[in-house]
Amino acid sequence: MSAGESLGLWGVPVAVLAGAVRGGTPFLFVSVGECLTEKSGKINLGLEGVLLMGAMSAYAVSCQTGSPWVGVAAAGCAGMLLGAIHAWLSQRQRVNDIAVGIAMIVFGSGLAFFFGKPYIQPLATQLPSLGFANWSGNPAVRSAFRICPLFFLGVAAAFAMRWFFKSTRWGLYIRAVGDKPDAARAMGISVVKVRTLSIMAGSFLAGIGGAYLSLFYPGSWTERISGGQGIMAVALVIFARWNPVQCLWASLLFGGAQALGPALQGVGVSSYYYLFNASPYILTLVVMIATCSTKQTLAGAPGALGSGT
Amino acid sequence: MRTNGTSPADLVLQAACRPALATRHCKTTGPGMSEIQTEPAAPVASPAAGPKLPSLMSRRWRGMLEAVAIPAGAIFVSIILFGFFCAVNGANPFAVYASINKAAFASWYAWQETLVRAAPLMLCALCTAIPIRLGLVIIGNEGALVIGGLFATAAGLAVPHASPLATQIVMAGAGMLCGGLWIMIVGALKYFRGVNETISGLLMNYIAIAILNQMVNGPMRDPSSLNKPSSYPIPDEKMLQPIGSTSIHWGLVYGIVACVIVWFLVHHTTFGFKMRTIGGNIRAARIAGLPVGSVTLIACFIAGALPGLAGMVEVAAVNGSANESLNAWYGNSGILVAFLARQNALAVIVVSILLGGLLASGGILQRVHHLPDATTLVFQGLVFLVILFSESLYGRWKIFQEKAA
Repeated sequence: MSAGESLGLWGVPVAVLAGAVRGGTPFLFVSVGECLTEKSGKINLGLEGVLLMGAMSAYAVSCQTGSPWVGVAAAGCAGMLLGAIHAWLSQRQRVNDIAVGIAMIVFGSGLAFFFGKPYIQPLATQLPSLGFANWSGNPAVRSAFRICPLFFLGVAAAFAMRWFFKSTRWGLYIRAVGDKPDAARAMGISVVKVRTLSIMAGSFLAGIGGAYLSLFYPGSWTERISGGQGIMAVALVIFARWNPVQCLWASLLFGGAQALGPALQGVGVSSYYYLFNASPYILTLVVMIATCSTKQTLAGAPGALGSGT
Repeated sequence: MRTNGTSPADLVLQAACRPALATRHCKTTGPGMSEIQTEPAAPVASPAAGPKLPSLMSRRWRGMLEAVAIPAGAIFVSIILFGFFCAVNGANPFAVYASINKAAFASWYAWQETLVRAAPLMLCALCTAIPIRLGLVIIGNEGALVIGGLFATAAGLAVPHASPLATQIVMAGAGMLCGGLWIMIVGALKYFRGVNETISGLLMNYIAIAILNQMVNGPMRDPSSLNKPSSYPIPDEKMLQPIGSTSIHWGLVYGIVACVIVWFLVHHTTFGFKMRTIGGNIRAARIAGLPVGSVTLIACFIAGALPGLAGMVEVAAVNGSANESLNAWYGNSGILVAFLARQNALAVIVVSILLGGLLASGGILQRVHHLPDATTLVFQGLVFLVILFSESLYGRWKIFQEKAA
């Protein structure tokens, strides 16, 4: 990482801080999307596939049209289509939503690799960035704090969703469907419709997270681009206790963890490079071990989550 | 585990749970296999139920027909969908089918290629198929395979003077032990901390791959492996030999034997009965005094030992050393095999051979039809989705139901 090379040891905290924003954005989109989905009482593990599909379609569309923002929209729509499959399939009788999620990971990544094959070489127009450290004379610091506008969109989405759950009728419907589907049904709410829309909207957001991966950071399309970030984001929702704003803080934490390996390599600590690269996965596991419990249901957990109703 | 004695509340719960035990069994495994499922469970589930033998026979026959017909139909539908997919992308579907058949099953050479791929698939599929009896969806297969292969290599290299047979036994033992412990961690996290086993298993896959990369780039690295960092190789004479004059290695035998043993374990032992009871209704199982914790941990250990063995086989029969080739997606494809086989260990053998054939045809699709290598992955995803959809079809058709007597 460029920040590390010219700043010496100070490069590590700078890179981790910058990485929190830069690497945390995809986590933010996927986890806010998953939060919406899980609030309606269904789990969507397939967001890993959605993330890959979003990354691929954003890159391909940006390549073809030259406009990255059209690519972002295409990524969201591609995610929404995969979400529609998940929504339809996971609400059949006796069909387990976790299993559907696994199938969607396979299907989504298969489609992304299939259609993405011709786009591994060409360059796509990237998303613009806003410089937040132009006051600094150090080019490494300046490049570290170039932030993509999508990040602010994600932050806005997180706060908007908190307001949505708390203060709107539709937010109440989603929470009711997620907590007590029978009661919601008795109120005259269509459980199927609410869940379908929630899953599709959640997948739309996750698709945008994919667009960020291929069009901003790391900013290219490869088959290893997501590296399990979709799955980590799902785990992160549990850590964030199904609260969209806490998803934001958790995403920043995970983004920072992700930047740790490359940052340490930048200052010459390269002996455990591969293990440091695994630190986001290890952190996710540790966080899950620390926050989960067998004794009581977690505060904020939707009542119908994982119950198959 | 955490219920101390039997309080009145527990008795109420117990009464409530007993019928649930029977119905949940049908629900989770589908009526297709429920006959095999509920038969031994009958004394616990419903002491009053004593079905007459003839009706039992006819139900079993129709149920088995349904259990074969629906997955077969699902595979057929996904082949048609895949044909559409190929046609849309400019390949003639019938030519693609013919190529897959040619690469997978048309000649003895093709069969050997298929069976070599089927061996690790069988072992990996069991990693998902065993814990699901406990109600756990574990998909850490790839990680267990990688860890098993890595530590099997380390163990094999640690005994340079042992005979070939002793080396192989040490390698297999190390692979199974480490793979087993790896998945046991997933089970323990679920049991002691309530951590979602699907997510933790997937995360463990990435951690396993990171450990593999760290080891083959660091302490275990053979300096002569330049392009693809690898461990020191296992000497040729200590490798697992092919069976007779074929190119099929002994891993296939391991796989088939493992499937038969697991099938027997699940369906014909008290341990299997405990597993299925816990999977049916964990609260009822706790109240009945079953040792949920130890059964969970042991089952997870067995489940992980098998992909660990697959990793050892991949090193000792195919790759010759530990490197990133271990991460060849056999573990992830094994998940699909387990679901396609509807978690039945004997069906795993057949489905592994089918999927092994599909994997063997990846190269020909690329060369002849100019389809990317991800084509087989798209097909796997399609089959997976259709087979899950087919779960909702059980009990829908009258022809598969017992006639009301």
